[in-house]
Amino acid sequence: MSAFLEIEGLTAHYGDFKALFGVDLTLDQGQTLAIIGANGAGKTTLMRAITGIARVTGGSIRLAGRDIARLPAPDILTAGIAMVPEGRRLFPSLTVEENLQIGAHARKGSGFWTLERIYTLFPILRERRTQPGTALSGGQQQMVAIGRALMSNPTVLLCDELSLGLAPVVIREIYAAFPTIRQSGTAIVVVEQDIGQALKVADHVHCMMEGRITLSGRPQDLSRAAIHDAYFGVNHA
Amino acid sequence: MIWLDTLVQGVMLGGLYALFAAGLSLVFGIMRLVNLAHGDLIVLGAYLILGIGTATGLNPFLAAALALPVMFAFGWLLQTALLNRVLGDDILPPLLVTFGLSVVIQNVLLQSMTADSRKLPVGPVESASLPLGPVTVGVMPLLTFGSAIVVILALNWLFYHTALGRAFRATSDDPVTAQLMGIRPRRIFAIATGIALVVATIAALYLGARANFDPSIGPARLLYAFEAVIIGGLGSLWGTLAGGMVIGVAQAFGAALNPEWQILAGHIAFVAVLLVRPRGLFPRAND
Ligand SMILES: Nc1ncnc2c1ncn2[C@@H]1O[C@H](COP(=O)(O)OP(=O)(O)OP(=O)(O)O)[C@@H](O)[C@H]1O
Ligand SMILES: [Mg+2]
Repeated sequence: MSAFLEIEGLTAHYGDFKALFGVDLTLDQGQTLAIIGANGAGKTTLMRAITGIARVTGGSIRLAGRDIARLPAPDILTAGIAMVPEGRRLFPSLTVEENLQIGAHARKGSGFWTLERIYTLFPILRERRTQPGTALSGGQQQMVAIGRALMSNPTVLLCDELSLGLAPVVIREIYAAFPTIRQSGTAIVVVEQDIGQALKVADHVHCMMEGRITLSGRPQDLSRAAIHDAYFGVNHA
Repeated sequence: MIWLDTLVQGVMLGGLYALFAAGLSLVFGIMRLVNLAHGDLIVLGAYLILGIGTATGLNPFLAAALALPVMFAFGWLLQTALLNRVLGDDILPPLLVTFGLSVVIQNVLLQSMTADSRKLPVGPVESASLPLGPVTVGVMPLLTFGSAIVVILALNWLFYHTALGRAFRATSDDPVTAQLMGIRPRRIFAIATGIALVVATIAALYLGARANFDPSIGPARLLYAFEAVIIGGLGSLWGTLAGGMVIGVAQAFGAALNPEWQILAGHIAFVAVLLVRPRGLFPRAND
């Protein structure tokens, strides 16, 4: 099967500052991929470039054969890529339920994900549905952010640092939703600083450093030492 | 009894100021744009109503109904062709552009309509009045106040109970994340400015029916609108109505004491409220 999301030679800039140096990456339908890397490696920039928020200055992003690099962000969502942004970024003026509903703003037709299915996935959100999104705990806000992204019925779900600032038990609760999300046919890309978590959920791992992918492979094939080197830039030739 | 009468007059006048202010507040709330041409756009609306009325022979109320979609389209175009281009992190360019727009509208109206004062001929309803308990209230002031309430109810419904309103609030909160939801902020802004000009046209109807207008009176209406919004506290339309009422009541009492004090009394009330409550009467908690 040819890759479903195909990124080739992707570069991105913030003004004159080059943040991505020719990133190559492929994702098959229904696959879960993890991107790990230290602070400032360019993980968020990669997510933002894919979703049309960061300025792509070179390379291509193909989704099911169609080049979507340089499309405006709303068109990329409509094409099927949704993101759970770093820091969750719920809308403070919207209730929990409205935050979920707005995820379906541009959606046409039906699909697997509905409010009802999100509430089944994260039952606590049903109880909190009339509260402002930002009044919830960090973990619950993360659930809203995931649900909001799912409401567009994406074929690719990008998750930037789901576990940031959350207690281990909460992180486990959130990652417990992944099997259901995968079963809905959605491919997932997770960005994680928590390497253990990344290796656990992903069937493929990429390590980033200074705007480049320095190591890729299946979790079972990568040695701790190789990951450590790629992560911290030790001995990397 | 004369004081009670004055109080009621002032409250009704507050409805007019709330109508001036609602569109300004809507646009500021959604895109952080201070539209310095808002008062002139209201005056433009009054001339449009007058023009439609003259051309078709319709009375100003019906002419205003025809003017509403025209002004919506004009607002949409204005935002798309001009204002969207200058919106950004820097608040100075939009201020300069709307200031320029204000000057342009005044001069175009001056050239095409002359400096003569006009009035919208609403007919016998202008002098009609109703006994309301101990006071007698004019039908036009009552209509003005009632329209302000209807406009505020409608805008609140739009904001809090429709998908469009949800998109307005989300875009106002965080335009970048809104794009990740498939929302196009520039389209949202164009619709918002269209709606603001619809409200401005309703304000124009009552402005032009109540008193004379000419091309130069826009900036003073903008000032009343600003004062109403700021007294009320940014972000609350009911607060804006309360703000309008404070100015209206102050002006009515000022005028009752001495006709020359009317305008001054409104501004003094504005300053007095800000001295006591610098963030307005009903500030939004999360600003
Ligand atoms: N808005 C911005 N303007 C300028 N430079 C930026 C901006 N955002 C990120 N950068 C720079 O781009 C590089 C990559 O940042 P990015 O946020 O993509 O890293 P990251 O891997 O997501 O890091 P973290 O783990 O801290 O989230 C860093 O050097 C950062 O300083
Ligand atoms: Mg990041």
